Amino acid sequence: MSFVQAIRKNWPGILAVALGLVWIWVSRAPEGATTAGGIPAPQAGFLAPAISLTTLEGETVALADLRGQVVLVNIWATWCPPCRAEMPAIQRAYETYHKQGFVVLAVNSTVQDDAAKIPTFVAEYRLTFPILLDGDGAVTRLYKVASLPSSFFIGRDGIIREVVIGGPMDEALLKTRIETLLKEKP
Amino acid sequence: MLPTLQVGPLALQVPGLMFLLALWLGLNLTEKFAPRRGMNAETLYNLIFAALISALIGARLSFAAQNFAIFTATPLSLISLNPGLLDPFGGFAAGLLAALIYGQRKKLALWQTLDVLTPFFAMMMAGLALSNAASGAAFGMETTLPWGIDLWGAKRHPTQFYALGLALANLALLGWQWKTTGWRDRTLFLFFVALTAGAWLFVEGFRGDSVILAGGFRAGQVLAWALMAAALGRIMLLDASKK
Repeated sequence: MSFVQAIRKNWPGILAVALGLVWIWVSRAPEGATTAGGIPAPQAGFLAPAISLTTLEGETVALADLRGQVVLVNIWATWCPPCRAEMPAIQRAYETYHKQGFVVLAVNSTVQDDAAKIPTFVAEYRLTFPILLDGDGAVTRLYKVASLPSSFFIGRDGIIREVVIGGPMDEALLKTRIETLLKEKP
Repeated sequence: MLPTLQVGPLALQVPGLMFLLALWLGLNLTEKFAPRRGMNAETLYNLIFAALISALIGARLSFAAQNFAIFTATPLSLISLNPGLLDPFGGFAAGLLAALIYGQRKKLALWQTLDVLTPFFAMMMAGLALSNAASGAAFGMETTLPWGIDLWGAKRHPTQFYALGLALANLALLGWQWKTTGWRDRTLFLFFVALTAGAWLFVEGFRGDSVILAGGFRAGQVLAWALMAAALGRIMLLDASKK
């Protein structure tokens, strides 16, 4: 078969390649077409939804006040075995990186937990980061938590970089993500 | 969107399950089609498993090498079940290398093997779309169209379902072409690559998470177009070389 015959036989393919170029031009991303971090949603690439909860000690902590720092939002409960399993690794990561600008917001999904058990849990694992109480489940719902634990790695700009559903998270996973985010410019 | 399925105390990762389902269906298709092309289904099973296991090991080792200091401090992380500790590029390279070595040792003809494995690859593409539908990844731009879905705080193009529909249509088209022409000319795999790249090129135009280049061009579309053009060009050259 000559080359011209091959072209004639494959004209649908040539048409597809040409139409592909047209489609690339037509579907160029208009301003604001992609997320660009503008919309709050519990998904990587989106602005982290607002959190404002009280700690065990009664202080109010707001996620918005932590802009400029790397934040791990970890949603957990005392009865959840993988939550228990990953807490020591989270505590070690907090101790290692806290001075470099890493913060943990451990949101207890109190709406599905027994609040009385939380102080014992905190003492058992010697947790030093803030434990927030989601008494009415607002944050649990806002972050569409379907499974515990659920963790959200948030960059200095307030954008969620990664979501880890389920656990336990490995210490290496925590450290690699935190170190990457800490390297980003404030 | 259904990222996890709670079965008693177990939280099953639905995106992963979708991949496993596609893997199982793909292997079944391969088993069905291999003998028709004079290939041993068991050899292909072994090829796929060698590639998958090597990809898994390669992905972990590559990730560990890139984060050497961290893995030195926690060496048990090497055998962690966390999928987040995998490097996809390292995994792809290791899987490809293992498949090439196994294929060479078993004296498998490259293009014939790729053709027989095409239904498997096509099924995996459908699995990828289903996996994205479950996790909410690869989401669409905002839209006012009536078939938009509520996802991540807005009504969006259901790009995961566009991709699924096209993957299934491609699978059906490949099956129909196989039946009518028999595909004895070693171009089935190339045709699949062109169809899949075409589907990617189309769906990427509706995505809300595209990597954007200068001028608003989408990087994924440029890559998909190049892939499609290369596959179709190769088919045309093969046709031209026929006597």
